[in-house]
Amino acid sequence: MDVLGRYRNLIVLVGVLFAQVLGLAVQVKRTTDDESTRLIRIWAVDTVTPLEKALVWVQTSTGNIWHNYFYLRGVRAENRSLKAQVERMSLERVRMSQDADQARRLQALLAFKEQFISETMAAQVIGSSGSELSRSVYIDKGERDGIKPDMAVITADGIVGKVLRVYGSTSLVLLIDDQTSGVGALLDKTRLQGILRGTPSGEVVLEKVMSDETVPAGEMVLTSGGDGIFPKGLLVGRVTKVSPGSELFLNIRVRPAADLSKLEEVLVVTKIDERQAEPDQTGAARAIDILAERLPKVPTKPENTVKADAAGTVAPTTVAPTTVAPAGTAADAKPKAVPAEASDASGTATGQKKASPASSSGSSSGPKATAAGTHAVKDSPRPVKATVEPKPQPAVEDSPH
Amino acid sequence: MAITYTSGEQVEVYRFSIPATVLIPLAAVFLQAFLPLRFRFFSIFDLPLLVTIGFATARRSPLAGLLTGSFIGILQDALTHHPIGLYGISLTVVGFGASSLGIKLDVEHSGARFLLTIFFYVVHEVVYFMIARGLVGLHMEWSWPHELLSGVANALLGVLIFMLLDRVKQRT
Repeated sequence: MDVLGRYRNLIVLVGVLFAQVLGLAVQVKRTTDDESTRLIRIWAVDTVTPLEKALVWVQTSTGNIWHNYFYLRGVRAENRSLKAQVERMSLERVRMSQDADQARRLQALLAFKEQFISETMAAQVIGSSGSELSRSVYIDKGERDGIKPDMAVITADGIVGKVLRVYGSTSLVLLIDDQTSGVGALLDKTRLQGILRGTPSGEVVLEKVMSDETVPAGEMVLTSGGDGIFPKGLLVGRVTKVSPGSELFLNIRVRPAADLSKLEEVLVVTKIDERQAEPDQTGAARAIDILAERLPKVPTKPENTVKADAAGTVAPTTVAPTTVAPAGTAADAKPKAVPAEASDASGTATGQKKASPASSSGSSSGPKATAAGTHAVKDSPRPVKATVEPKPQPAVEDSPH
Repeated sequence: MAITYTSGEQVEVYRFSIPATVLIPLAAVFLQAFLPLRFRFFSIFDLPLLVTIGFATARRSPLAGLLTGSFIGILQDALTHHPIGLYGISLTVVGFGASSLGIKLDVEHSGARFLLTIFFYVVHEVVYFMIARGLVGLHMEWSWPHELLSGVANALLGVLIFMLLDRVKQRT
């Protein structure tokens, strides 16, 4: 007992250290947070972040009152609106630029799918982790706002990071300059792909680019979409320095486009959609359409059947391949059966006023013509007969004259 | 009152009220998470470490020191995305060491506090470095000039913080 009393402090120290080392070892082995550590994190975050939120709110509100009502009233709001517009357009520009390049490269691949950001949520940065070795920030949106882990976080300038942990009303965002982060990236011109990582000193490097490749300084780095978090084509930053690295790879330093040390507001990408690339409709007709035209088919019964029947026989429905309009959807552009004789006869044998091909099509389309169809007629250099339902006309051969 | 600490009987032991014991560490962790976002240079400071040293040297109880360090460290860990225990272990060691050393040294003078803070800042960084590399597998770079410079900066701030703590500590 004497020994225990004498070394009580040391024994407690060893016990506390042992418990923490054991806990640390368990956490390192597990890939996900177990319930006990998650609770500690929730308590800590719930203790600290409300105060941060309150301070940020006070700071923002005070700033807003001053700028909106005492100092250049209205200008600030307009400026903010314009900035938001610029942000949106900047994002759109990057995406469209990528789309154009992509379209040229993958023109032949009809089944190609692309991703685009369809929904974002603005969030305020309220605090950091407080450690230089854990480069992460807290935002004021959490589970209740629909935030989920692994959502991409961006600004108008470039990508910021991804949502790592989600709490009730806050989330922890892992920045791209943290050493445990990894982003699939590619170089804009050379299209070389690599992995973007942070370093312990807070720099960002592009890894896994072979040393025999040439990478010029200043080249833009974009997301490749390969990580499944960031959509392809978002701006990451620019190459600042290229040097031979370890093994067979280059050491490429990248300066992030977004200023990660001065983050105030960010956008969380809450929804990414995939869409199918549309095939070029100006090309030759598809084989399946040509085959479909050659098959016998039952003509659609027109509305004025009674009138036609009264006038005489209905023109036989024949199939005539027609020009496909450049604009419009595939469904609209699909060639349809057209009564060739009826079309010719309408202006000649029946003695009706002959109209120009375009006007003829336009008039015959009537209320049934779709918007795409109408547009297709305007753009088409040749008469388009495919967009309207055939009108029954008296056949020339069967004419009583 | 000059205390030479040639004898353990002359050591003055202080305590802190419960609100101060709870709120000061919380405020330190909060400010550490909040201020670097607004003032980039502030990331060089380690307020939780300074508070741990301040509490430990004032109380002069190794048991209280290590428990305070453990509590503050775990709280600090919980805000990061790293496993809990990195700061916990290093601040436990610092809390124990600072309170043990506080019994033997005169830590009432600013000069002594300055040197003590530099020393424990380096101890903290060494322990953290070893655990982060050895147990967690993080890549870390060690730079003596950077550590010493940070130690001096923290020691300067520490002297000010200890003065503030002197105002709330109570003689037992």
